[in-house]
Amino acid sequence: MSTKVMHHRPLNFWERIYVPEVARGLWVTSRHFARNLFIHTAHRLGLLKHLQAAVTIQYPEEVRPYAERLRTRHRLTQREDGSPRCVACMMCETVCPAKCIYIVAEEDPDPNIEKRPKSFDIDLGVCVYCGYCVEVCPEDAIRMDTKIMNIASYSREGMWYNMDRLLHPEKEGDVLLKPKT
Amino acid sequence: MAVEIGIKAILAFIMLMGALNLAGLLTWVERKQSAVMQDRIGANRASIFGIRLLGLFHPLADVLKMLTKEDFVPRGSDRLLYTLAPILSVFFAIPAFAAIPFGDAIQIGERVIELQVANLPIGLLYIFAMMSMGVYGVVLAGISSNNNYSFLGGLRASSQMISYEVTLGVAAMGIVMVYESMNLQEIVRAQGTYLWNVIPKWGVLVQPLGALLFFVAAMAETKRIPFDLPEGESEIIGYFVEYSGMKFGMFFLTDFLETVLLSCMMATLFFGGWQVPYLYPEGFHFPWGSLWSMPHLWVILLGIASFTLKVVFFCWLLMTIRWTLPRFRYDQLMRLGWKIILPLSLINIVVTAIFCLR
Repeated sequence: MSTKVMHHRPLNFWERIYVPEVARGLWVTSRHFARNLFIHTAHRLGLLKHLQAAVTIQYPEEVRPYAERLRTRHRLTQREDGSPRCVACMMCETVCPAKCIYIVAEEDPDPNIEKRPKSFDIDLGVCVYCGYCVEVCPEDAIRMDTKIMNIASYSREGMWYNMDRLLHPEKEGDVLLKPKT
Repeated sequence: MAVEIGIKAILAFIMLMGALNLAGLLTWVERKQSAVMQDRIGANRASIFGIRLLGLFHPLADVLKMLTKEDFVPRGSDRLLYTLAPILSVFFAIPAFAAIPFGDAIQIGERVIELQVANLPIGLLYIFAMMSMGVYGVVLAGISSNNNYSFLGGLRASSQMISYEVTLGVAAMGIVMVYESMNLQEIVRAQGTYLWNVIPKWGVLVQPLGALLFFVAAMAETKRIPFDLPEGESEIIGYFVEYSGMKFGMFFLTDFLETVLLSCMMATLFFGGWQVPYLYPEGFHFPWGSLWSMPHLWVILLGIASFTLKVVFFCWLLMTIRWTLPRFRYDQLMRLGWKIILPLSLINIVVTAIFCLR
């Protein structure tokens, strides 16, 4: 039997008459109140900047620090001449569990490279950000390291990212918010 | 006659503006104080031309939102009672302030003006009457909404408020016995005397148990956490679940008005109202014999400031309690009301009677 029987200590007299325990609770919260109010006031006057009164991160102005391995918006890496590194091997399209990658391949004019993508689209409205496409890519052509988190659009078409948008994430309207230092 | 009416109108205006503005400000206080208590910042985004002013515009934004929202009336509801309920709720919360004295009698020339809207001989009973009428708004809202959850909320509200009203009245009777008056101005005057010429004879010192019981019972009357069974926003949303727009706003306002009223009652009955310790009409008489005389107007203003300070302190205390304690379970609520608080308040009355009548 997997049921765990909890044996709670019966409340003693002082706990059962509520008032001392209520006073103890009020003491905790009002101590926080007094301390934070004092520090907030000091911050307004430019003092005690090393003490923290609120743990709030005010989002659009401040952003919490991102982890290095965080999976964010995709980008396609480029060769030195600016063309995509992608060789249209279809590995990512095949592995994608959400089936949100659509690649159309064509022959590459360079005789050393077999194929190149004619178009490379990702429907970010469907993407689950699993990162399989990045792991499976043999050419390191797709990465999820742009640190762009605020992907939003008023239409489904706006969530459709074509090759140009993926190659140049810095040109996008999506703002890369600077993490809080 | 016209002058009398004019004076009363001015007093009513002062009291109404004070109470309503404090109630409106309490919505801001509730957000900000809870935030500061919980290491957060709190609502600060509402701005006019980029000026945020610590989020003080949020109450204004709230009112604008509520006035412009759709006024929804659910199908199958009793339209008349549904509309009447929030009006009744607010209507009975506001006139109770008329009996609260907010200052000593001010003398202008020959005329003596009591700083109180209605100097009723039965002021305490009048306030209790208004507070118990307040339950009608809640019950009607519960019945007329044609919603099971609001019906449950109304049911809980009626049982809770009627249970605690008994204690509320009984706990305040101790004060009436000690100061031998139901007139709130007289009660406050009587609190200006001193025990052994040193300690102010405030209600909380002669009736400590009565003060605590009255505070708890009155807190239950305001229907806020930890006594928010009628609302119970995590389970039934309560009697106003179907209300939207300014009708909901009126219920919301009633909650805060009752908080202010409770603070006023606590200050008036148990903490000396507008009394400042050792302040007499001609100035400070300290128990060690020294005198610091003051002009009449200053004494009056100090009294008003003292009353306001006490009210604000109790608003703060109520907010702190609201953001500290969890809600009572229903059986706990009833056990507390009928088996603990009511017997204690009866004992309090008996003990007070023995001391008063000996």
